[in-house]
Amino acid sequence: MAKPILTIKDLTKKYSDNVIFHDINLTVNEGDTIVIIGPSGTGKSTLLRCINLLTRADGGQIWLDDQEITAKHCDEDVVRQHIGMVFQNFLLFNHLTALDNVMLGLTKVKHMKPEPAREKAMQELDRVGLSDRAGHYPGQLSGGQQQRVAIARALAMDPRIMLFDEPTSALDPELIGEVLEVMRKLALEGMTMLVVTHEMGFAREVADRIVFLEKGSIVEEGTPEDLFYRPKHDRTREFLWKITELYGKKDAGK
Amino acid sequence: MIKWLELFQRFLPEFLKGTAVTLELTAVGLLLGFVLGMLLALARCYGSKLLKTIAIGYIEIFRGTPLLVQLFLIYYGLPSLGLTLSQTLSAYLALGLNSAAYQAEYLRGSIQAIGTSQMTAGRSIGLSRWQTIWYIILPQALRLMIPAWSNEPISLLKTTAVVFLIAVQDLMAKAKRAATATYDPIGSYLAVAVIYLVMVFLLNWGLKFLEKKTRIPGFEMEAKKT
Repeated sequence: MAKPILTIKDLTKKYSDNVIFHDINLTVNEGDTIVIIGPSGTGKSTLLRCINLLTRADGGQIWLDDQEITAKHCDEDVVRQHIGMVFQNFLLFNHLTALDNVMLGLTKVKHMKPEPAREKAMQELDRVGLSDRAGHYPGQLSGGQQQRVAIARALAMDPRIMLFDEPTSALDPELIGEVLEVMRKLALEGMTMLVVTHEMGFAREVADRIVFLEKGSIVEEGTPEDLFYRPKHDRTREFLWKITELYGKKDAGK
Repeated sequence: MIKWLELFQRFLPEFLKGTAVTLELTAVGLLLGFVLGMLLALARCYGSKLLKTIAIGYIEIFRGTPLLVQLFLIYYGLPSLGLTLSQTLSAYLALGLNSAAYQAEYLRGSIQAIGTSQMTAGRSIGLSRWQTIWYIILPQALRLMIPAWSNEPISLLKTTAVVFLIAVQDLMAKAKRAATATYDPIGSYLAVAVIYLVMVFLLNWGLKFLEKKTRIPGFEMEAKKT
């Protein structure tokens, strides 16, 4: 029996009267890669931000392992150490080198000594294939390299789960591959991942399950085969067809 | 011209003493203003509603009234409240309190220019709010601030001249003395004008150096994007 790492129950978020999403139920098991797809404005990013407690949900609960992280007494700074987050716009610390970006959390949050922290940070940079760029500042790196450093920064904290919020959407087409390659490798290594993306190729190949989110609720959830070849809802078929068309993989979604 | 050089030479030791006092006033005022200004800017950007209101009130009051009035209130006014400060201390305090209001606004501007996304990034790896401010926001904001902030040391250096009105023996006070002694106001004030000019020139050069030294490769462009 797979062990659930993240459990979301009846999660609801609204801004005044505007409901972003409501009654979301989702379980992510250890080692799973779950891909969330859906049109823009359906609350995918907000959902990730709620999981990371960067935004507070208005209703429902989230458990990380056996701990309810939406509980009032829960220390959000501690929770975030265990949840890695990768943003659409990389959000590296602009004044620090790649190495220092990865090291900062280790020295300031985990209170590691500089030497072991540096060693660990170098390992993480190596993991994303950027140990030769350790001394570069974000402004000196390409978008794809910046995003890989951002992934290394999140990995360095040894998170229970990694959240990816459209990690390739801000990248030039020829740079998307290197980031997806790193994510694919992570999935193979058994990292638990929750990924919001429009990269259908990645979703089909890597996802254990795909969740189709629209207008604030889950329309359909299943294996890539189910969603791509046997979608239960017309809306899912329509969306997948449109997006694969757009991204040039015409064989999918039929 | 030769007469002027003689005057310059005759009063040079006095002028140099005055210059030292002026530089001290500038340095202390700048430093006090920097520390207090940083607290004000942080209060205004990240403080509770109460702290925000206090910071805004402080900044508006100190930017909205003449420095000379503030100086006189401190030197002549405070004794009637039972607090008597020496001339030098009054001058330090007035300059520092006044400069803080301006420096706070320079820093606030660059904190706002950095935006909220760096805060999000810091929090996402488990840094606390204040850790993020200290390790992420401030190092970037202070760098961004330098070009605009460079006005402050230069402006302050010249502004210190008002303190001769409470008889602090700064460069301006020495000029007044020289003028009285020689009956040559043009020569005397021109002499110190030259000294002020040289100081500002050197200061400017130092600030440019600071700006260059703290520059992060690619950072200026990044900061504009976010």
